[in-house]
Amino acid sequence: MSDIEKKIDPKETPLIEVKDLKQYFNISMGLFKSKPLKAVDGVSFYINKGETLGLVGESGCGKTTVGRTLINIYKPTAGEIFFNGKKIVTKKDISEFRKKATMVFQDPYSSLNPRMTVADIIAEPMNIHKMYPNESEKREKVLALMEHVGLNSEHASRYAHEFSGGQRQRIGIARALAVNPDFIICDEPVSALDVSIQAQVINMFDELQDKMGLSYLFIAHDLLVVRHISHRIAVMYLGKIVEMADADEIYDHPLHPYSKALISAVPVPDPNIARANQRIPLGGDIPSPLNAPSGCPFRTRCPYATEACAEVMPEFKEVSKGHFVACHNMDKFN
Amino acid sequence: MALLEVKNLRTSFFTDAGEVKAVNGISFSLDHGKVLGIVGESGSGKSVTAYSIMQILAGTAKIHPDSSIKLNGQELVGSGEKVMKTVRGNKVSIIFQDPMTSLNPTYTIGHQLMEAIMLHTPRNKAQARERAIEMLRLVNINEPEKRMKQYPFEFSGGMRQRIVIAMALACEPDILIADEPTTALDVTIQAQILELMNSLQKELGMAIIMITHDLGVVAQMCDEVIVMYAGSICEQGTADEIFYNPAHEYTKGLLRSIPTANSTKEKLEPITGTPIDLLNMPAGCPFAPRCNAAMKVCLNHRAEPKDINENHRAACWMNTKKDFEAGNLVLDNNNDAKAEGGEDDE
Repeated sequence: MSDIEKKIDPKETPLIEVKDLKQYFNISMGLFKSKPLKAVDGVSFYINKGETLGLVGESGCGKTTVGRTLINIYKPTAGEIFFNGKKIVTKKDISEFRKKATMVFQDPYSSLNPRMTVADIIAEPMNIHKMYPNESEKREKVLALMEHVGLNSEHASRYAHEFSGGQRQRIGIARALAVNPDFIICDEPVSALDVSIQAQVINMFDELQDKMGLSYLFIAHDLLVVRHISHRIAVMYLGKIVEMADADEIYDHPLHPYSKALISAVPVPDPNIARANQRIPLGGDIPSPLNAPSGCPFRTRCPYATEACAEVMPEFKEVSKGHFVACHNMDKFN
Repeated sequence: MALLEVKNLRTSFFTDAGEVKAVNGISFSLDHGKVLGIVGESGSGKSVTAYSIMQILAGTAKIHPDSSIKLNGQELVGSGEKVMKTVRGNKVSIIFQDPMTSLNPTYTIGHQLMEAIMLHTPRNKAQARERAIEMLRLVNINEPEKRMKQYPFEFSGGMRQRIVIAMALACEPDILIADEPTTALDVTIQAQILELMNSLQKELGMAIIMITHDLGVVAQMCDEVIVMYAGSICEQGTADEIFYNPAHEYTKGLLRSIPTANSTKEKLEPITGTPIDLLNMPAGCPFAPRCNAAMKVCLNHRAEPKDINENHRAACWMNTKKDFEAGNLVLDNNNDAKAEGGEDDE
């Protein structure tokens, strides 16, 4: 049993539990050869009811794949997913699960069908799950949802292109809410929006959570936004979670060398702090997941790497209450 | 004399729907060795300002002939292509947001670097090659001799952006314009690039115009800041003044709406509404429809930029509110403004 599994209180089942999730894509390397690309390689976490787990990391680290594999857009290569304590196995389970777990996508321009009216876009999940056989009831629900996310319900028969970026993201959120979910995967929901609009959408996620008790998996690369919205944060690197802790704890006391570098690289909107900030430079680039380094994936860029790091992947250990880190040498430099 | 002096710059796009005043009368100056940040959301005119300086605008765009852009005292507006060719790349260089599309995928990066060098300086092929290798080394590309023979696809995003920077700096320009240079990059790579630009700026002593929407990048890099909204400058001043003593409601709103380093779980205060439609500009302050503090006068009359102190100017009626209330300031009809502007000017 891993540290994470021990951590879960048996009396209180988490809403979402993921154990050793793996997602390998086969990349063709010529006519008959192929090679697995380990996009997600053994990821475990849990999300309680009404909680937000932030997932951060550089592009290509697999954070979007985690979200997509979680709701079976990609079939997991290995691993188990539990929803309310029930393991998701059959097609029926998946369909039931998708009624309770929905997704908001990054790009509000390409994630809405340009040929459908807003009302049709929001009603589509309801149709798929056959929730409202009565048309007028469905219509009422759609209009209520639009008002709920701050859209004018008189605009229900307009098309997506008639809305601004922020409004489109609200349409995406209304669509995610259409099936009364318990859990929403938010994949970079604000990064395509203007700064002055981002706060509107972030606050909306906050308010919906307060009102409806929603849980979020909030995937983003903007650490200040993630810290603001999340209760806990998981840091990913090359398909693995290297550190997970409470949002303030991980931001103020990161233990993994990658988290330290990542957090020190965040440009803080305050000139005095920014000038005083000692950035920890990270040489080089993230390695290709096709040729991931042996042992700890971060060792090629880690200033503290030792021989042990090349041999075995460090265990994901709980070092203080709720603070998990996977690093061999962390006692040496912390 | 300032290195770059922009006065009353107006750039419009003439579209089928009408004239879009993308940049609407902005003035600023830039001294040697300074880093100037231009912030604003999309459509605020920050990139068009940069493209106007370089005169690399789309065919539908025109710089108003009354505008003035002086580089080292030389007027650039209306100077013609011949003059601009000596300016671009030589005296003013630009790097763009997307390092994937600013390099030609069909040529080696060595070829592209040498082309730029030979075009702008009297170096021969061997000298240009030497210079290109030197530049690659300067931007921390390992084994530059080997890398010269590689194509852009063989480099990562961060490395491509460093190559673009090397190309921009190869002819030792006086000004480097960076148009969202790190927006497409990850934070750790962004930190690398910003650090590199900082050290190169100190080493080579050039001035930088940093165009960005990220207030964090501004805080880290810039000496002076211009905040733009709907084609106009709301506020300009030193970075400290803008961040710690903002004097325009838009700047204040922006600073309140972003999470900060020590923000707890308290609510962000978003700016309500959506950015303005440049085709239907209001008579008054462009930000007034979204401004919580908007007064009657804001809706009908544009505030002139006013000195807050010697390092700081802002165009916001809030700064003259006290004078209004004390009766010290009465707007006369000469400049087309009344203190109680009830009806529309149009």
